[in-house]
Amino acid sequence: MKLKNFGEGIAKGMAVTMKNALRRPITTQYPEQKLNISRRTRGNQLVWDKERCIACSMCAKACPVQCIDMVTSRDQNNKLQVDKMDYDAGLCIFCGLCVEACPKTCLFLTAEYEKARYSIKDFKLKKEDILMTEKSKPSGYYSPENESKLPKQTLLIDRK
Amino acid sequence: MISLFGRNIFPANFPSAMLPPDWPSGFWSHLIIFVVILFVFFIIMAMAFIYVERRVIARYQIRIGPNRIGPFGILQPVADTIKILIKEDIIPLNVDKLIHLLAPAVAIVPAIMIFAVIPFQNGASLVDLNIGILYIVAISSVSVVGLVMAGWSSNNKYALISVMRVIAQVVSYEIPMALAIIGVVLFAGTLSMNGIVQAQNIPYILLQPLGFLIYFLAALAEINRTPFDLLEAEGEIVAGFNIEYSGIKFALFFLAEYTEAVAISAIIATLYLGGWKGPFLPPVLWFLIKVFAVFILIIWVRSTLPRLRIDQVMGFAWKFLLPLAFINLLVTGVQIVVWPNISQWVIVGVNIVVAVASILLFSRFFRLKGDKIEA
Repeated sequence: MKLKNFGEGIAKGMAVTMKNALRRPITTQYPEQKLNISRRTRGNQLVWDKERCIACSMCAKACPVQCIDMVTSRDQNNKLQVDKMDYDAGLCIFCGLCVEACPKTCLFLTAEYEKARYSIKDFKLKKEDILMTEKSKPSGYYSPENESKLPKQTLLIDRK
Repeated sequence: MISLFGRNIFPANFPSAMLPPDWPSGFWSHLIIFVVILFVFFIIMAMAFIYVERRVIARYQIRIGPNRIGPFGILQPVADTIKILIKEDIIPLNVDKLIHLLAPAVAIVPAIMIFAVIPFQNGASLVDLNIGILYIVAISSVSVVGLVMAGWSSNNKYALISVMRVIAQVVSYEIPMALAIIGVVLFAGTLSMNGIVQAQNIPYILLQPLGFLIYFLAALAEINRTPFDLLEAEGEIVAGFNIEYSGIKFALFFLAEYTEAVAISAIIATLYLGGWKGPFLPPVLWFLIKVFAVFILIIWVRSTLPRLRIDQVMGFAWKFLLPLAFINLLVTGVQIVVWPNISQWVIVGVNIVVAVASILLFSRFFRLKGDKIEA
């Protein structure tokens, strides 16, 4: 007589749950702890490098949802300059086509994601709001040189 | 002069004549003090059990659990209680109103009444009935009437299916449960809860391993906890009997469920783990430690096992637990009659062998339809 089905499955299951109970919890305590995100993420924010922009409006043309509104004009040297660069983050689908369309690689997506706002008006950003700052650094999306600058990391929390 | 059943209920020298002659000592002070203690105990323990269950089951699932409100999240049950008490109390249109309103009270009162005979330390109980455990078996089965009232009066298919299941389940599992208790009573020679604790020179979990297993599983079914929670099988019948309840009435059902869990843990601690007995620490503390240990075992089972099907539940009661309970009763009775003066450690060894052998044997016999074996 072979001994089986006398409750050994239950015992095995209980052992598995007990083993799990002795492991460290994998919970991320969100506002205090944050998961690392991929270096090549598209994030929730567009940044614009004003110095390198040649005002060609390729980004506005590439955008499938027309969330970039660019108005340009000629200055006295017959050079194009950007008068208006409105970006509607509420409309944007973060597809990255504008970044790929830019001939001078002056548009980037960032790794930021905490962009929730109370009012839809707060999503309508002017050109001053999407400039590159210390806080909103470009991510490695479509930009290998940016990616190489970012630190190599795990996708989990850095635990001490 | 108002009279009731031939007695003047408002005599002339009211209220001093109403008080017993030995006031404030004796019976009445004991009654009032212990009623207050028991109410505080069951409310605090039910809240503590909710907290402990959420934290401990989180650990079994590699989570942390609620830890935001108060230190270590200890005020989470309080916050939940406040939230549920200020909710709107909805009474659906076509319910049987009187029964719908009475059901939560009928469900919770028997659960509280169980604590009357539980000894917290030597002799410290509301009343040390000489039929204590019989009283518990009788009272705890009344609680299901509240659930049936809730399911019947709710005018809801899911609620009705749920209570149909729970009637079948609770009635079936009372039989192995009572038979398992008889084994303990035979060894202790008394039905009094305090007497049972005093009789335990070694915990009865060693003298009655098979009885403990049967009682534990039957008690899980009795209080409708996983894996026997067919009463509120979320995936099948939404929330079961309490689907039409909200606000404070739902809170009472929830409290009744956890009060029963406290009661069952306390009964198991008293019957099988030696109740308030223990070295070094005060007896009350030993009792609480054992209650929480039993509850953590219940949570461990809950975190491990999936819900059974209704035919599996019924088959488990009638085809597996009931024969084992009879074997346990027979073996215990023979031991009491044949070896009245033998060392208890011999009986411990014999009973452990009997338990293992009978479980292995009946796992061979216990089959459900389609040659599926379940045990």
